[in-house]
Amino acid sequence: MDLEYSAQELAFREEVRAWLEANLPHDLREKVANYEELSKEDLLRWHRILAKKGWVAPAWPVEWGGTGWSVVERYLFEEECGYAGAPPLVPFGLQMCAPVLLRFGTEEQKKRFLPRIYNGDDFWCQGYSEPGSGSDLASLATRAERRGDRYVVNGQKTWTTLAHYADWIFCLVRTDANAAKRQEGISFLLIDMKSPGITVRPLVLMDGGHEVNEVFFDDVEVPVENRVHEENKGWTVAKYLLGHERLNTGRIGASRRELAALKAFAARQPGDDGRPMLEDTRFRDRLARVEVELMALEITNLRFLDRMRRSGQPPGAEVSLLKIKGTEIQQAIAELWLEAAGPVAQAVRPLGADAGFDRFTARLAPRYCNMRKTSIYAGSNEIQRNILAKRVLGL
Amino acid sequence: MNFDYNEEQQLLADSVRRYLAKDYGFEARRRIVGSAEGWSEEVWRQLAALGLTALPIPAEYGGFGGGAVDLMGPMEAMGEALVVEPLAATLVAARLVEHAGSEAQKRAILPAVAEGRLRLAFAHAERGARYGLARVSTRAFRTAAGWTLTGAKAVVVGAPAAAKLVVSAKGAEGLELFVVETAAARLVPQLTLDERRAADVYFEETAAEPLAGGSDATAAIEEATDFATALLCSEAVGAMKYACEATLEYLKTRKQFGVPIGSFQALQHRMVDMFVSCEQARSMACLAASKVDRAQDARERARAVSAAKIRIADAARHVSQEAVQLHGGMGMTEELKVSHTFRRLTVIAREHGDADHHLARFAALDEVRR
Repeated sequence: MDLEYSAQELAFREEVRAWLEANLPHDLREKVANYEELSKEDLLRWHRILAKKGWVAPAWPVEWGGTGWSVVERYLFEEECGYAGAPPLVPFGLQMCAPVLLRFGTEEQKKRFLPRIYNGDDFWCQGYSEPGSGSDLASLATRAERRGDRYVVNGQKTWTTLAHYADWIFCLVRTDANAAKRQEGISFLLIDMKSPGITVRPLVLMDGGHEVNEVFFDDVEVPVENRVHEENKGWTVAKYLLGHERLNTGRIGASRRELAALKAFAARQPGDDGRPMLEDTRFRDRLARVEVELMALEITNLRFLDRMRRSGQPPGAEVSLLKIKGTEIQQAIAELWLEAAGPVAQAVRPLGADAGFDRFTARLAPRYCNMRKTSIYAGSNEIQRNILAKRVLGL
Repeated sequence: MNFDYNEEQQLLADSVRRYLAKDYGFEARRRIVGSAEGWSEEVWRQLAALGLTALPIPAEYGGFGGGAVDLMGPMEAMGEALVVEPLAATLVAARLVEHAGSEAQKRAILPAVAEGRLRLAFAHAERGARYGLARVSTRAFRTAAGWTLTGAKAVVVGAPAAAKLVVSAKGAEGLELFVVETAAARLVPQLTLDERRAADVYFEETAAEPLAGGSDATAAIEEATDFATALLCSEAVGAMKYACEATLEYLKTRKQFGVPIGSFQALQHRMVDMFVSCEQARSMACLAASKVDRAQDARERARAVSAAKIRIADAARHVSQEAVQLHGGMGMTEELKVSHTFRRLTVIAREHGDADHHLARFAALDEVRR
């Protein structure tokens, strides 16, 4: 057994680090480190810097712009980006729509969409959840009726992240209401967000932020050539994509950076007796426990990578545990930030004159609230446990 | 032994609950917190009319001479409705006047509080002091013209609505208490996570009147903070009760996979654990209020209140997090009351000391003798 990276992998990591040091804009890094909201322009700016370097879609086939990196190198790249404080890459185009097109799309669809996804020309969002279909995705009710060379779509999607920025949405829609099984009769459509009949309504979260939306479809016409894979076979596509979504949810690099920043903060922050919070044994022990959890997650992740590398097979259902532990760690870190900041963190917004208002501290309580979403989204942690129970343990 | 409210306590709890159900629904509250002031003068008048501002004020100063136990029912109802009007802030400051003020000061302040004409706030915590009650650096100075204060207090809940502040400061005798006209201080108002109004309060040679001419107020501050914590515990029970009821209702009505999600045993057990947390919290709220009213000494009171606050803080965290999780995405939205209850419980878990603060205090007062 050897837990160390190879010399080649370490050299690769050094190359990525040096490049990030030179090319990650300081203002974006500061925004991420300070938990500030990232604008569409911020997200696209970083996307285009990576695209120009040729690193925006490492996992894609080389002929479409992939880097040809090994799974370990891909992992190292992602974690180094997170550790450096790079803005997240919005996954809907790069890591969701593109893998679907690569696996199920026609040559025309690939040529039409993949280069624009790569370059950040199109901003994508995901039309999966509906008001009555969250964890039970197969019960979705948005319907698409075939009329000649078009589908006419009616219904509603919800929790649609960044739909207010999006040019395109990929959607699961019901094309056969009379199918024997609910999973049959679903199709996968690519829909232009500028189509007449689409309405986007913001869903404001409890921290006051606008990231998710409801998307309404009222007689929206979609050309048949925008369907991916066969009609009524969309569930096959959806299942493929859900497997993809569960990868890379550990956010280990970002959590390591946040923990380091939290320690530095706690070293300056006075506790009840005036000594730094970092010297408070109750607080320090909790911090240490989260750090140990993160180490365990990192090593578990490496075990999965090692298995993938040697088998050449995609990861199995056991990756669900990375999502569960990764989100628990992110939530624990957000909670420790709030603890470290103490009672003044309850003031979240100045009213009127605000000279000297501590905006960083004021973001910590809303962030704690916001991070509760991580155990709900992308397949709630309960659904991840169902997956582990059924597909890994055979219960 | 009898854990029931007496007839008067029950009647009061019922009438507060009825009033809030009628006039303080979630939409009414939304309008109030969104208004320029962020609280409602009319609601304050109604709370006073129900007798809440007079309840703990001694009879000789126009009140009903009640205690923490008498306030349990009303506080629970206010926690359930997420009332933002600064009743607790006023009552805690009034208690300091009652325990540390001169006869003239009590006559000047307490009847006005009882009648609902005067709102107060206790300006004590400072930036960097965390929850350490003794860590005050605001200074009091005696000048030819009288006393002045210089220093700053952080995130004083209720200060923007208060006409007078009770302020702690370091003077010649140690930690002392003063009364300051709010208008004489400089306030920088803030919105809190749970939609209340607070302010950083700055004193720059601000005229102040010492309570009872200045003597060490540490014991009075500790007692008043325990009283405040006991009230907060009951408020927390009300907020948790709402979170549990709303979640239970959601589990019964939300259907996925063709059945109510409450039919899944994994979720049933989690709902049960929320219920258990809420019941344990209620027990400790009873203990805290009883000991604030009837402890043999300060140590017994402090241990009971800290024990209660530890349990309440842990339960508030558990119940609020699970309520949001079991509501799924809906629990995250501004639209649903449960996300506002989540925020109130997040603040309550830390108000007047988080679980760690009270663990340290509880352990330091341990009874074991070697």
